[in-house]
Amino acid sequence: MATLQIRDLHVSVADATGGSREILRGVDLTVADGQTHAIMGPNGSGKSTLAYAIAGHPKYEVTRGSVTLDGEDVLGMSVDARARAGLFLAMQYPVEVPGVTVSNFLRTAVTAVRGEAPKLREFLKEMRGAMAALSVDPAFAERNLNEGFSGGEKKRHEILQLELLKPKIAVLDETDSGLDIDALKVVAGGINRFREEPGHGVLLITHYTRILRYVQPDFVHVFVGGRIVEEGGPELADTLESEGYERWVKAGAGAAS
Amino acid sequence: MSALQGAVETAAPVSRLHQRQSFDPADFPVPTGREEEWRFTPLRRLRGLAGDAPLPEGKVTVECDPAPEVTIEHSERSDPRLPRTMIPADRVSAKAFAGASEALVVGVPAEAVASRPTVVSVRGEDTAGAAFGRLVINVAPMASAVVVLDHAGSATYADNVEIVVGDGGSLSMVSIQDWADDTVHLSHHHATVGRDARLRHTVVTLGGGLVRLAPSVRYAGAGGDAELLGLYFADSGQHLEHRLFVDHGQPQCRSRVEYKGALQGETARTVWIGDVLIRPEAVGTDTYERNRNLLLTDGARADSVPNLEILTGEVVGAGHASASGRLEDEHLFYLMARGIPLQAARRLVIRGFFGQLISKLDVPELRDRVSESIETELARMEA
Repeated sequence: MATLQIRDLHVSVADATGGSREILRGVDLTVADGQTHAIMGPNGSGKSTLAYAIAGHPKYEVTRGSVTLDGEDVLGMSVDARARAGLFLAMQYPVEVPGVTVSNFLRTAVTAVRGEAPKLREFLKEMRGAMAALSVDPAFAERNLNEGFSGGEKKRHEILQLELLKPKIAVLDETDSGLDIDALKVVAGGINRFREEPGHGVLLITHYTRILRYVQPDFVHVFVGGRIVEEGGPELADTLESEGYERWVKAGAGAAS
Repeated sequence: MSALQGAVETAAPVSRLHQRQSFDPADFPVPTGREEEWRFTPLRRLRGLAGDAPLPEGKVTVECDPAPEVTIEHSERSDPRLPRTMIPADRVSAKAFAGASEALVVGVPAEAVASRPTVVSVRGEDTAGAAFGRLVINVAPMASAVVVLDHAGSATYADNVEIVVGDGGSLSMVSIQDWADDTVHLSHHHATVGRDARLRHTVVTLGGGLVRLAPSVRYAGAGGDAELLGLYFADSGQHLEHRLFVDHGQPQCRSRVEYKGALQGETARTVWIGDVLIRPEAVGTDTYERNRNLLLTDGARADSVPNLEILTGEVVGAGHASASGRLEDEHLFYLMARGIPLQAARRLVIRGFFGQLISKLDVPELRDRVSESIETELARMEA
C-alpha cells in the first residue's frame, strides 16, 4: 500500500531581482500504488517544478499546501529522508559527479535506502542483472557518475537506479526526452518492470505522447499555468496528440489576465 | 564573496620573475611582503627564516631507508661530485644552502631499476631555532626509482631538494608534508629532467602551520616529460602555499601540472602559483596546468594564480585552468535524492575530488595513508 497525496500545492522560486515568482498554483493529485499517472503540459507549465518540489530541491519554496506519503508529511523531510521514505525522482538532466564511480554511488544509495549494506557479491550480481536488462554496458560501473554519458545513457542510468532502489512512488521527469526509439523502448521496459511489481506507483511527466504508447497510463492530467486543468483516462492523451495544448493555454491565458 | 578568489594576473612576466639566482643570501633583500614572490606569505609567521638575524640551531633528524639498488652518501657542502644544477632563486633557499653543512645524496646508478621505494624521513623535534637541510636525488641515465620524502614532527625548517634525472631515466618522487600544527617549513625542489627522461613529482601537504613549497623544473634535453601533482588540505590556522615553475627551454618536452586542494575552517588559507615559461627555443612544447580548490566552509581563502608566458609560436599545446568554489549544491542534491545523507554525500564528492590524484600515488601504502588522512580531516569537519 502506498499513496502519494498532493493537496493545494503552491511553490515559488527566487527570481533574479531577489523577489519570488509563483510557479505552482494549487496542485491536487493522488497517486496510489498500482497506478500510473501521466502529467502532460507545454514547456514552462511547471511540470518539472512539481517533480523537484516533491523531491525537496532547495531552490523551490513551498508556500502553501501539503504533500504526504502514506499519511507522513513529506515536506517536513530532508531530501535524503524523502528518498528513504520511498520517493524517487528520475531527473530530466542528471548531473555529472566527477570522481564518484557508478558502482560506488549505487552501492552507497542502496545501502542508505535499504538501511543496511548489501553483501558485495550479491550486490554486484544484482547490479549486473539490472544493467543487462537495460542494455547498459557493464564497463559503466567503473565510470564516473554521468560523466561523459550520452543523453540516452543518462536516462537509462536513472531507470537503473529506479530498479535497484525500488521506491514506492517514482516521479519520472521527462525521462523520454532526447531518446531515440530503441532507447525509449528499453527505458519503457524498465518502467513497466517497476510498475508491475506490487506496491509501486508512477507519476510520469512528459511533453510528448510517444512514451505513453509503451507505458500505458491509467490517468492523464493536463498541466497548464502551474495547475492541473483537465483530467481523464488514456484517451485524453489521444486528444492531446491530435489537438495539442492550445485550447488550455488560451483558456489559461484568459483566466490569468 | 570574499571566500572565492579567482585567478589574479601577476604584473610581471614569468621570465622576469625567475631571473635572479645566487648562492649568497645577501644578494636577495629581506622581503617586505610587497614583492611579487612574497605577497601571499605571512612573513611574521616565518620565525626569522627570511630575516637577517642569525638563528640558533634547530633540531631536525633525517633518516633514509634505501632500496638495495640505491646508494646513500652524506657529502660535505663543498664536495665537487655534487651536481650543480640548482642555484637558489630566493633568500630562504640561499640561506638554507648556506646553513646546511652537508647534503644527503640518494643515487641511482646508471640503468639500475630500484626494486622498492626509497624513503627519506625528516623528523622535527623542536620548533626553537632553525634547521636547514639539503637533499640530492641523482638518477643516472636509464635508471629508474621511486623516492618518498616524508616530513613529520615540530620544526622550523628550510631546505633545498636538488633532483637530477639523467637521459632516459625515470623518477617518481613523493614529498609528504605531514607536520605538526606548529611547524614552519619553507622548501625548494628543483628538478633537471634529461633527454627523454620522465619525472613524476607529487606533493601531499596535510600538516604544518605554515608550509611554503616551491617545486621547479628545467629540461636538459629534448623529449623530457614532467608531471607535477599536488594535493593539499588546509584547516583553520594553516597556511599552505605551493609555487610552481616549469621552465621549458628545450624542444619537444611535455609538462602537466595538477594541484587540488580543500580548505575547511575560517582561517584556512592556501596559495597556488603556477608559472610556466616557454622559451623561444622550446618548440613543440606541450604543457597544461590546472589548479582546483574546494572551499568547504565560509571564511577559508584560496588564491590561485596561473601564469603562462609563451615566447615561441610553435607549441603543440599550452593551457591553464583554475577554479575555486564550494561543493556543488546540484551534486549534493542528486546524491541525497537517492537517499544518501548529507554528510555521506559530502564525503563521496570530496573523495571523488581527490580520488584521481590519490590513485596516481606510486606507492600503494601511501594511497591508503593519504586516503585515511583525508577521512580524518573530514571526520574533524563533521565533529
